[in-house]
This record gives sequence, C-alpha cells and structure tokens, in this order.
Amino acid sequence: MDLVRIFRFAAVITLLLALQALFASGLVNPYYVRVLILCCFSVMLAVSLNIIIGYAGQFSIGHAGFYAVGAYTAGAFTVYAAPPIRQALALDRLPGWLEGTAFLMAAICAGTFFAALAGLAVGLPSLRLRGDYLAIATLGFGEMIRVVIQNVEAVGGPRGFSGIPIYSSFFWAALFAVAMVWIARNLARSRHGRALLAIREDETAASVLGINVTKHKVAAFVLSSALAGCAGALYAHYEGYLEPRSFDFIRSIEIIIMVVIGGMGSTTGAVIAAIILTLVPELLRGLAEYRMVIYSALLVLFMLVRPQGLFGTWELSWETLRARWEKRRERP
Amino acid sequence: MQEFLQQLVNGLVWGSAYALIALGYTMVYGILRLINFAHGDVYMMGAYSALFVSGWLTAAGAPVAQSPLWAMVAMLGAMAAAGLLGFLIERLAYRPLRTAPRLTLLITAIGVSLFLQNIAQLAFGSEPRSFPELIPSSTIVKVGSVTLSNQQAIIIAVSLILALALQVIVHRTSIGRAMRAVSYDREAAALMGISVNRVISFTFVLGSALAAAAATLIALNNPLVTPTMGVQPGLKAFVAAVLGGIGNIYGAMAGGLVMGVAEVMIVGYGSSGYRDGIVFAILIIVLLVRPTGLFGSPVTERA
Repeated sequence: MDLVRIFRFAAVITLLLALQALFASGLVNPYYVRVLILCCFSVMLAVSLNIIIGYAGQFSIGHAGFYAVGAYTAGAFTVYAAPPIRQALALDRLPGWLEGTAFLMAAICAGTFFAALAGLAVGLPSLRLRGDYLAIATLGFGEMIRVVIQNVEAVGGPRGFSGIPIYSSFFWAALFAVAMVWIARNLARSRHGRALLAIREDETAASVLGINVTKHKVAAFVLSSALAGCAGALYAHYEGYLEPRSFDFIRSIEIIIMVVIGGMGSTTGAVIAAIILTLVPELLRGLAEYRMVIYSALLVLFMLVRPQGLFGTWELSWETLRARWEKRRERP
Repeated sequence: MQEFLQQLVNGLVWGSAYALIALGYTMVYGILRLINFAHGDVYMMGAYSALFVSGWLTAAGAPVAQSPLWAMVAMLGAMAAAGLLGFLIERLAYRPLRTAPRLTLLITAIGVSLFLQNIAQLAFGSEPRSFPELIPSSTIVKVGSVTLSNQQAIIIAVSLILALALQVIVHRTSIGRAMRAVSYDREAAALMGISVNRVISFTFVLGSALAAAAATLIALNNPLVTPTMGVQPGLKAFVAAVLGGIGNIYGAMAGGLVMGVAEVMIVGYGSSGYRDGIVFAILIIVLLVRPTGLFGSPVTERA
C-alpha cells in the first residue's frame, strides 16, 4: 500500500516537472501557461476556503485578507530579510535555482505562519458569532487587513509592492494546489474533519456529543487561513508585484462564488468550479465589454437553476463513480 | 473647536445619506434576512437616473437650476426609477429563491450587484460623469468660521423628512403593519391573510427609492457619478445598519449618522488613508461587544 502511495507521489512530481519543462521550453503559448497558473491559484484559494465554509459551515467573507497577509509577508521576507541572510550564509555560492527555491520555501513558511496567526487573531473573537454576523465580522477583518497594508509604506502602500524576486513557477503552483487538495480530502476523512461536518449539520447536537465546537471551528479557520497564506506567498513570487486593491472584498467574494458553485463541502467541486470560473472570464475575453455583464448574468442564472452548486456535497473520485455505476447496474 | 464643529457638520451631511441607504438594507434584512448586496448599486443607478432626469428636464427647457422645485422633480424621478429597479430585482432574482438556502440568496445578490455595475459601465461608460448643479451653492449659516451651505442644509433636512415619512409608513399605515408582521413571522403573517410577496415587493420599492433619494442628495455635494460609486457607500451604509442593530429603523438612522461623523473625523484628525478602515474597526468592535448593534434586541440566531 505504501509503495502505491510513493509511486503515486513520484508520478505526480514527474508529470508536473515534465509539464514545467514543456512550458519553460516556450513551445506553449505563454498566455495559456499564465491562465493555467491562475487556475492553480484559484484552486488553492477555493479548496482552502471550502474547509471553513463547506466543511465547518462557517461563512467567511474575508479570505482575500489572509491571502494578502501571506503574499505581503512572503514578499517582505524576500525583499528585506533575504539579502542579509544571503550575505551572512554566503549563499551566493549556491546555484541560482537552488538559492531561489530555498528562499521560496522560507518565504512560504513565513507567509503561511503569519496568515495562520492572522487567522487565529480573527477567528478566536469572531467565531463566537454565527451566520450573518460571522460573515459581516470576517468581511470587516478582511477589509481592515487591506486598509492596514495600504498604509504601510515599507510594502509600497497604495502604490503597490514591486521588486519581489520571481521564484515560483507553474511547477510550484501546481504542486501546492495538488497538495492542498490532498490535505483537504484527508481532513474530511479524519477525526477533526468528521467533527467539523457534525458542527456544520447541527452545532448543538455536536457539542452534546462531546465535540469541542469552538476548538474545532478555530482550528479549521486557522488551517484555512494558513493555506490561503501559502497560496499568497506563491502568488507574490509569481507576479513579483502586489497591489492592495487586488485583495479587496470583491476578491473574497470571487472565492466564495467558486466554493458555492462547486457545491459547498465538495473539494472536487471547488476544484472544478475554481478552474471553470477562472477560464470563463478568459474565454469571454473576445466579447470585450460584454464580458463581465455576461459573467454576472450567468452567475445569477446558475444560482436560480442549480442552487446547490455543481456537485452538492458529492465528491468526484474513483470510489464514488464506481458506486454510482454499480447502483445503476443493479437497477432492473 | 470651530474646526471640530465644521467637521461635525460635514460628517452629519454624509451620515444622513448613509442613513437613507442603511434604511434600505435594514428593511430588507428585517423582512427577508438577506444582506442585499445589490443595494449599493441601486444607489448608483439612482444617481444615474437623477442625472438623466435633470438632463431631460434641461433639454425640455425647464429652468432646472433656478428653482429647487425642479431638483425635487429630478429626485422624485430618480426615486421612481430606482423603485422600479428594486421591484424588478426582487421579482426576477430573489423571489424564485424564496425557499432556497440563504447563502444561495446571498450569492445571487452579489451576482445582481456585479451585473448592475457592469451593465452601467456598458450603458453609461466607465469614465465619471459630472452631475449638473441643480441648486447653486450658497452659505446660509455662518457662525465664526463654521459654515453650513444651503446644499448641506437641504441634504440633512430632506433625509430627515424622508426618514420620518418612512417611520409614518411603517408605524401608521396598514401596509406598514403588514411589513412589521412579515418581518416578525412570515408564515403567521401569511396565515393572517397578508400577501407576503406584495409586502416584500413594497419593501424593496421603498428601500430602493430611499437609496435613489440619497444618491440625488449626495450628488448635490459630490457631483461625480461612476458605475462603481455604489460599492463603498453601500458597504458603509450596511455597516451603519449593523451598528444600529440590523432590522431596526431608528438604529439604521443613528448608525448612518455615527458612521458619517466617524469617517469625516478620522480624515480630519487622523490619516485619510484610514478613511475606509475606521468604518470596519467600528463594525468589528460593535460585533464583538454587542453583536445585535446599539439598538437591536438580543436574539439567538437559529442556524
């Protein structure tokens, strides 16, 4: 069994490395590669938000804030902390790619850690609230994070933060997207994940069963923020430039839309919705000014026609597909 | 001190507009338990309607800038247009989802909001349009260095009159009683023979008309109209509604005034960079200390 897992892991790495080599060779239109990478970021954000909205049933509209915390701390790390470290450890002797990877990993750790810390700071007080009030509180915190960033001159303030070295690539974005899907799916099958589902279905019943509701909610919130921060760190080192405006509440809402359209609680649904919702605006690009009108009209229509989302809480996997197929065969 | 009073006056001007927008949020929330994200965009559409109505009036040869009466006509025209828009939004987008989960409704509201912004961008262009000067500005009160212009006085007075009118509608008419009944218990109200759908439609028309009135009033003072102008005032008015206790009409008015004053004060005495931040800081403090707002009755929310 373990051998199968190792093999699977190696296969994923090889596949991603092969794709990376293909994209780096310039044979593929760079625009397609860029869209693919943006899809990876959307997947990371949707899957991480799905943990708190889909699994735990706690509605949060501040996800872009944690994404921003991750992106800015990671960016600040490589811009301000990395040069002295490089000098002190004489890292210049390392080959360039290794040095870049080392700094990328360190920046990801910094971004993830600070986003988790922000998640804890936001989650502890606000998860006492429920329903709409929780949504409003997280919206407030998300906007506060953006306003604070906008007022920090060291990271460019309202002008944006430029000059972040570009260390990340398709390989890293895709690898972390796959890793987050894996984490989310394992979480759903774990003790902690089951507790979250119980809280989502009925908080009172869950607490009567001995589940520490607050602890599980806050833990899920911190995990969700940490993953968003990790995505942010990768994003900072992909774009090389960050702008506070791109982390406003509209961005949070875009991520929520992905989760809701995918079907809340379904990780595979979130993945597919994230990809579709990143592709649709790109595909509509030919329509120029009608693009966003059609996009928003489609969104409203979709909610009217299929309010439960694409998948509901159903997960796409070999097991569920096989179960479905067998059920169909049993029918006379 | 005089500077403080001047800031207070400016704050009250913004605050009364926020209060009018907040009334729409609070009424819809009270009745549908929906955060109507499209409300800020109805406000934006109200501003464009007022712009067009006054344009047509001028084209028809009416002496618009000469008499405040014509400004009134422009405002009423905008209120009617926004009322119709509110009615259509509820009828086409929200009513089919009456029994759907509330999150679905929320996402639909966000979709409607994006739709209105983009349709406005398509129809009216994304560059700002300037609003004609409906009422020429003049100073009517001057105490020391504290001034109150006629425009500011009109904004505050008209907001107050509209809020009082709403109060009368909600508490002294039969449709108002029906609104309160539906917001208290929708099923029971339906059993008592109240046409719930009609009451909800009426609420949307009323709230949207108030937003358009706010838009026209603000345009007197801030004459730039853009397709995204509704986003920030909408968000702040919503925070004002929460601050006052969402679902509570007095609360929304008080919340709007507090919001406007706080915002102007932070720009005057702190840093203008935190103009948007103060609003959310207040929001968070209120939610953590007293989640039901200043005037809200404590309720335990059922999932």
